[in-house]
Amino acid sequence: MRVLIPSQLRSYTHGAAEIAGAGTTLEELTRNLDAEFPGIRFRIIDEQDRIRRHIRIFVNGEQANTLAAALAPGDEVQIVGALTGG
Amino acid sequence: MKRKAAGRNAKKAPPRAASRSGARPKNRAARGRIVLMVGTRKGAWLFHSDAERRRWTIDGPHFLGHIVNHLTLDPRDGSTMLMASKTGHLGPTIFRSADMGRTWTEASRPPAFPKAAEGQSAEGKRALAVDYTFSLAPAHPREPRAWYATTSPPGLFRSEDAGVTWEQVAGWNEHPNYWKWNNPDAGTPDGAILQWMTIDPRDPTHMYIVTSSGGVFESNDKAESWRPLNKNVEANFMPGPSPEFGQDTHCLQMHPAAPDRLYQQSHCGIYRLDRPDDEWVRIGRNMPPEIGDIGFPIVLHPRDPDSAWVFPMDGTTVWPRTSPGGRPAVYRTRDAGASWERQDRGLPREQAWMTVKRQGFTADGRDPLGLYFGTTCGELWTSGDEGRRWRQIATHLPEIYSVEAATVA
Repeated sequence: MRVLIPSQLRSYTHGAAEIAGAGTTLEELTRNLDAEFPGIRFRIIDEQDRIRRHIRIFVNGEQANTLAAALAPGDEVQIVGALTGG
Repeated sequence: MKRKAAGRNAKKAPPRAASRSGARPKNRAARGRIVLMVGTRKGAWLFHSDAERRRWTIDGPHFLGHIVNHLTLDPRDGSTMLMASKTGHLGPTIFRSADMGRTWTEASRPPAFPKAAEGQSAEGKRALAVDYTFSLAPAHPREPRAWYATTSPPGLFRSEDAGVTWEQVAGWNEHPNYWKWNNPDAGTPDGAILQWMTIDPRDPTHMYIVTSSGGVFESNDKAESWRPLNKNVEANFMPGPSPEFGQDTHCLQMHPAAPDRLYQQSHCGIYRLDRPDDEWVRIGRNMPPEIGDIGFPIVLHPRDPDSAWVFPMDGTTVWPRTSPGGRPAVYRTRDAGASWERQDRGLPREQAWMTVKRQGFTADGRDPLGLYFGTTCGELWTSGDEGRRWRQIATHLPEIYSVEAATVA
């Protein structure tokens, strides 16, 4: 599946804005991403397996609120840095 | 011009603190260049001095846009630098450098609380997640690769491998009184923080920590158990004159040569404690009344246990937390708080509304002692003569959160 990476995380993906991912749930996908790009998961998912406050994850354009969200091979997952800061 | 302030308790000078050997420590001031490590809301900067500390070169930004609460160099090996970082979007992590900031690698396991057990929230215990690491502290010299990290929410973490991996210190994070001592809804605008930890140089099992919603806690068994140490410390935001815990200690310093002497700058004044006593003395009562004794940092002279510096801020009315009257000054005591002298030469004379945060004021080890502070307005100030004269070496930096000084070869 396609995984779209926001600018905030491209230091982990060697600059890539889009990568290929695998997993049947967001939990699996983020674990697999972390194996390929060490450290990336903890920047977007906290130790209680919650999506961090200023991160949004969309699956085929629909916002996913938990890591239990199901994924299929052809899905597009978009990780977004939400509005924040100043 | 120095102006000495002697309060009503000025004649009650305490006995001079003895060093570990029972004598005042000899002058073994390090020589060499100084590197200042400056953590800001928008990245980190390093400032390198010449041998005389007159000329400074700037190196940065490092990690532009990252929120850097603290970065510091390990004095035990002189090369390991750790940095506590997060961003507006991304969670907290630790970066490490072994080449004075030229290259950085990320910790493979940053500080994180354990996954909460099922039903924990039903017991009134929230499932905690580290929001940010506030400070990093090398452990005792007998444990040369060990470090501690303190976090918000109030958490204590330890690394055994120079910051690569971190584990929680269960003696604090899972203490039976954790939720009693750490009100998650109290504390600073940035959340409740475990702000500081310090280790007795005579005994690696003896340590103190301070929190923004609990005050000072002491352990004599290497962080396995803790007890409050707040007697006589005021907490004017709570009922009663001095509760057992609940104080907001902004900064705690143990004197490196006389570890039985502690100083703290609290939300409610400046205090000194000479162990084994357990009742703090409010030495800030001897500050000029028009200045008061509210502030964030306190800095000690490494060779004189009776000397300390504070950076007072306005804690009246709605708590502006700026230099009283818009006239910034450092105040120094040479007699353990019995009297204080104003040191403002070189600082703006008026209309300067500075704030120096908890980790924003530090000293080097040189003789005469160098002092350094950074402001929330992004100014970096130095003094090469123990505060007599001040000089600005940087302005227009982002809001400064921390300043550390180290001597390098």
